[in-house]
Amino acid sequence: MERGDVSLNGIKIMFGSVKVLENLDLDVAKSEFLVLLGPSGCGKSTLLNAVAGLIDVKDGQIWIGGRNVTWEEPKDRGIAMVFQSYALYPRMTVRGNMSFGLKVSGTPAAEIARRVEEAAQMLRISDLLDRRPSELSGGQRQRVAIGRALVRKVGVFLFDEPLSNLDAQLRAELRVEIKRLHQQLGATMIYVTHDQIEALTLADRIAVMHGGVIQQLDTPAKIYREPKNRFVASFVGSPAMNFIDGRIEAGATFDGGGLRVPLAGYAFAGNPASGPATLGIRPEHVVTGSDAREGAFDATVELVEPMGADSLVWCRSPGGAAFSMRLPGDTAVRSGDRQRASFPAASLSLFDSTNGKRL
Amino acid sequence: MPGFPRRLTSRAAAGLALLPALTILLVAHLGSTSWTIWISLTSSRMLPNSNFVGLRQYETLLNNDRWLVSAQNLAVFGTLMVVGSLLVGLLLAIAIDQRLRVENTLRSIFLYPFSMSFVVTGLAWQWMLNPTHGIQKLVRGWGFETFQFDWIVRQETVIYTLVFAGIWHAAGLVMAIMLAGLRGIDEEIWKASRVDGIPAWRTYVSIVIPMLGASFATAGILLSASVVRLYDLAVAMTNGGPGLASEVPAKFVMDHLFERGNLGLAAAAATSMLVTVVSIAAPLLYARSRARTAETRR
Ligand SMILES: Nc1ncnc2c1ncn2[C@@H]1O[C@H](COP(=O)(O)OP(=O)(O)O)[C@@H](O)[C@H]1O
Ligand SMILES: [Mg+2]
Repeated sequence: MERGDVSLNGIKIMFGSVKVLENLDLDVAKSEFLVLLGPSGCGKSTLLNAVAGLIDVKDGQIWIGGRNVTWEEPKDRGIAMVFQSYALYPRMTVRGNMSFGLKVSGTPAAEIARRVEEAAQMLRISDLLDRRPSELSGGQRQRVAIGRALVRKVGVFLFDEPLSNLDAQLRAELRVEIKRLHQQLGATMIYVTHDQIEALTLADRIAVMHGGVIQQLDTPAKIYREPKNRFVASFVGSPAMNFIDGRIEAGATFDGGGLRVPLAGYAFAGNPASGPATLGIRPEHVVTGSDAREGAFDATVELVEPMGADSLVWCRSPGGAAFSMRLPGDTAVRSGDRQRASFPAASLSLFDSTNGKRL
Repeated sequence: MPGFPRRLTSRAAAGLALLPALTILLVAHLGSTSWTIWISLTSSRMLPNSNFVGLRQYETLLNNDRWLVSAQNLAVFGTLMVVGSLLVGLLLAIAIDQRLRVENTLRSIFLYPFSMSFVVTGLAWQWMLNPTHGIQKLVRGWGFETFQFDWIVRQETVIYTLVFAGIWHAAGLVMAIMLAGLRGIDEEIWKASRVDGIPAWRTYVSIVIPMLGASFATAGILLSASVVRLYDLAVAMTNGGPGLASEVPAKFVMDHLFERGNLGLAAAAATSMLVTVVSIAAPLLYARSRARTAETRR
């Protein structure tokens, strides 16, 4: 296995006169699983294609395994890639799909057979080797596509939304499979998705992208608990984080939605100051009932969404701000009830109202 | 059963709309086809009669030198012109598929010959290939005194000049069909093959062209139809000559219908052509519909 660290320095990519990426830096360590997460159209695929060498960069450098590969052909970069549409060669068998690249590059037949066999076993597609892609299910096709990447024996694997065309159950299944492969191979993986569950479950680190800019690059836990700005906070997490507009008074309380939330215990990023701010809290961080502490208030329940293991309860604060909280699935709360609640300072996120940055 | 009457009326409306086409199909196509087949079984000469003679006309046909030469010419012309047009059209499409900036211009230029009738095409090539005032004269005029290009007046080569004009005429259409097929291929297939390190030409040969089955079938059917109908090109370009060297079956039929007053033999020739067409077109149509089904299933 080759060295597989990837480093992007000052990448700029244009389509005609449209700037998609500018001055983008990203370092991926060897054996790391990095997920590029962002809404559709934010430039994730563009970035991945640039790493693969399928798009030329206008400016900047790409280093893979300690080599400057900025102007090398995709095949020479030590990468393999898996696509959303599978991109299998439809007139070839599964075996043909997996071996054609090796055959063209002049790998000895015995070696090809060995690698195909090994990859097929890993992905449990050994008994599909003589079928055509049209005779396979979506999940099987994507396994074959992953197999075609595996036989290249490279240090870096690139995935461009590989599970987006699959139904929910298969997606969960293959997600585990990909995670297992990563542990088994110890290869570097860069994985593009717009699905935050995939990102949170798979990644060692997540790079959240928006408008061609990496908003935050952190571990899933950090991204989830301490989003750097309001975009990251709202994009990551399902059900979504609640936001309440208001003011910070004397760096000690948040005033908004008819609530006074004490901030003692909140880790401010800078010096706490007074001024307009947005409070963010995830539904599962709302403390309810007799556990409610400082700043507790009575919320009016408007709607209960049972989701199996737990229920999402939509409430209104005394001042009329809407928010949701997570209660156990067997909760007896009904719409119209009053529910005691408080927002613990340690699990809050506070954002500057003007630029959306975390305070 | 609610909705039943409505479905009935919409069906009736559809039937009504199809009626004219159906009438034409029944009367003009099926009617005249059956009549032709019937006449081919009679001893009709100048005027149709109903004197049944079985397969006598077909026997005569198979012993007729001119018919045999015509059929052989058509086989040579058909094979070379279909294969040649597919090949040239495909190469043109691949050339245009390289996303050149002049793509639109080139596409129009390549399609242009197809907009001309066979008569115009035939006359133009007749003039250009004619040794006394065409290309041969032009090149000799440049000082290459011994240059010789007289295929059109030589019995053993004249058929190839027809092939050449046929390809020139049809390649643009094939290109348009192939280009549509090429553009329908998923961009990610190309990306995958680049990552796999497969050279572009190899990707075309081993991956992309095998995906164009439906395009090949469509183009093949259109080309085959124009091959069998080959008449005006031959008349305008060589009028069957020199000698019988570029006679073709459709011309045989026309001549026997209108000049030689031999309805029965002409009808037998026409029927033979129909049988050939059906036996070639049926498998092609079948292949195309299978390719379609496979595509929709994907
Ligand atoms: N070939 C192209 N030509 C022009 N614009 C493009 C092309 N590919 C992508 N773009 C633009 O670049 C932006 C980023 O696209 P992409 O990287 O595909 O987004 P994502 O993968 O995050 O959904 C989009 O605004 C898209 O419209
Ligand atoms: Mg994308």
